[in-house]
Amino acid sequence: MADKTFKLEIITPTKVIFNGDVISFSAPGVMGGFQVLFNHAPMLAEIGIGTLKLQEPSGKEIFFATSGGFVDVLNNHVVILAETVERHDEIDQGRAESARDRAKHKLIGKLTENESADTKSALDRAINRIRVAEKR
Amino acid sequence: MATLREIRRRISSVKSTQKITKAMKMVAAAKLRRAQDAVISARPYARKLKELFSHLNGVMDIEAHPMFIERPIESVAIIVVTADRGLCGAFNSNIIKSTVNYIRSNYADLNNAGKVKLVCVGRKGNDFFQKNGFQVLAKYIGIYNDLNFAGARSIIEEVAKGYLAGEYDRVEIIYNEFKSIVQQRVAVERLLPIQTDVINSQLQSSASKSPINYIYEPSVREIIGGLVPRHINFQIWRALLESNAAEQGARMSAMENATTNASDLIRTLQLSYNKARQSSITKELLEIVGGAEALKNS
Repeated sequence: MADKTFKLEIITPTKVIFNGDVISFSAPGVMGGFQVLFNHAPMLAEIGIGTLKLQEPSGKEIFFATSGGFVDVLNNHVVILAETVERHDEIDQGRAESARDRAKHKLIGKLTENESADTKSALDRAINRIRVAEKR
Repeated sequence: MATLREIRRRISSVKSTQKITKAMKMVAAAKLRRAQDAVISARPYARKLKELFSHLNGVMDIEAHPMFIERPIESVAIIVVTADRGLCGAFNSNIIKSTVNYIRSNYADLNNAGKVKLVCVGRKGNDFFQKNGFQVLAKYIGIYNDLNFAGARSIIEEVAKGYLAGEYDRVEIIYNEFKSIVQQRVAVERLLPIQTDVINSQLQSSASKSPINYIYEPSVREIIGGLVPRHINFQIWRALLESNAAEQGARMSAMENATTNASDLIRTLQLSYNKARQSSITKELLEIVGGAEALKNS
């Protein structure tokens, strides 16, 4: 694989999570996952809950759990704007598991439509975080 | 004149108060640094968010989004951001006073009809407004202990839900803006409907660039639908960060003043202590001399 790299930034409201050159990057688009390589056409995409994956020039892969955001691809400069992004080795697996169990438990009971949607998305987020954490 | 013992007691009490204010000042200074860092690290996100809006504005009228549409104002929600704790000078009372004045001068009629609802962030504001018969819609206490984005988002999500459901037609926020360590400014901003010039002014700079032929996934409309709420989420996050930094700054300078005042007080007390001590010694000497004289004469 040609080592053509592009610049990637992952930005959240609290800090810049990642800033550097990468070979490839893939994200869970709301319409389906996609991958971005060098010289990708300009694109603005919304991403959902899932795993962000990037490959550094050294070949090392890094995974992040995200709860959704936006990807802006322009002139080999990719910016990911997301409200929460966690690196796979920084996820607190225990907390994610307890969040999952809590959400599962709550779904058994009676919920309003709103609550049920909120809880389901909390469950999705927790499961996603566990999945990403297991990639370490 | 106070007795020696009384003065001594007062000196030691002022000294221990001074120790506390000094410690509080130090803690506030440390927290201030962290709060300022947080304000700074929120900037890249703000910049990028604006950029995305500018990319989109050329393609589609963002203002068609329901969060931009102005409605006749029949009910207002105001988010009042105060601190959880006191001892920070006029920080909280400034906000409370400004809020009361603001409501009186802008929404007096609505308020009389009970159509002004408050969302209190911070214990101090909540205490005041609950006690004084304002309509408090929701309160958020203790969020500064662990200030995080999810907490800020949960506040605005509730408010935005109410706005979209038509429970109120305007959402405003009142908070202390961090000007400098010794200076805060009470800021009143409109959150919803989003003021178009807030976004337009940012667009001017990028309008000159030629439009980029983007691929939109899923669609422009849906991307805007997702992006606009994030703009609001970020606005409240920024306000909370500002307020937190301002609070620590205010507390730091308040405690600095308190420490200086304590030093002054100790100095005057020490002076009167010395005077009292001196006069008591003089008195004793006079008594001894007088006694000796009396013995000699006898």
